[in-house]
Amino acid sequence: MQACVAVKYSMADYWNIAPGMENALKECFSRDAEADVTLEFSIPEKDFNNAGKGSSEVKNLLKRLGVDSEVLRRIAVASYEAEINVAAHSHGGEMTSLIYDDMIHIKFIDEGPGIADIAQAMVPGYSTADDLVREFGFGAGLGLPNIQKNSDALHISSAAGESTLLEFLVFFAQ
Amino acid sequence: MTLQEIITLLNAEVLGTKADTDCQVPCAFASDLISDILMCTKEPTLLLTGLTNNQVVRLSDMIDVVAIVFVRGKRPLQDVIEMAEERGLPIISTRMTLYRSSGILFNAGLRSCKI
Repeated sequence: MQACVAVKYSMADYWNIAPGMENALKECFSRDAEADVTLEFSIPEKDFNNAGKGSSEVKNLLKRLGVDSEVLRRIAVASYEAEINVAAHSHGGEMTSLIYDDMIHIKFIDEGPGIADIAQAMVPGYSTADDLVREFGFGAGLGLPNIQKNSDALHISSAAGESTLLEFLVFFAQ
Repeated sequence: MTLQEIITLLNAEVLGTKADTDCQVPCAFASDLISDILMCTKEPTLLLTGLTNNQVVRLSDMIDVVAIVFVRGKRPLQDVIEMAEERGLPIISTRMTLYRSSGILFNAGLRSCKI
């Protein structure tokens, strides 16, 4: 599979793999399967009327496929936080959801301006949200920690002035 | 506790037309920060908030929000009320503050959601 696209070595990389998921992850990287379903959504900059719709649709589809409700909640929360991050902090981007028979892989690629210090951005409570974003109730500084907490594997690749790739995996069986 | 009891305790107004006020409310969470709400809501929960934008209703697509109480006399715009109606999500508005509303419901026996 195309999981976790080739790393650009000039950029900073951040990985988090949930404890106990190492083998499952290794196994999925060695696969050669195509996704059963691929869903794509564009996420325009600061479009808070529509931000979140992609995550809603992915959740609805997975619900129809019979994914467990607690797993659904984790996927929806991680996906929504990432979708809001793209709308709130970038010049816009794309969300691609790759659905396999046993897991989902969601990729968010934006058009910059990038994250200068990923470790700092992962600290709960740290936020660079502007006033407009905060008016909507965002900017708690919990977006990335929330994605990490609800995913089985999280990968972020970014640098100041570059686009950001954020992708995560959640397995359906827990 | 039923939503109807909560409406009475908070002297609240039901917004929209399709609300099921007989539904059971097992627990509650109060916050004006979306990420806090997402992080702390893992079971069917009543949400008390001062946020009135469309994203607070969109949250109910991701997590199990039983109903929303808008505090401090806030009312969302009509399109947000319609979004809630489409989802069958009851929304109510009270003039009380977040602190007072939460205190009244807690004293009446409505527990905090498990976080």
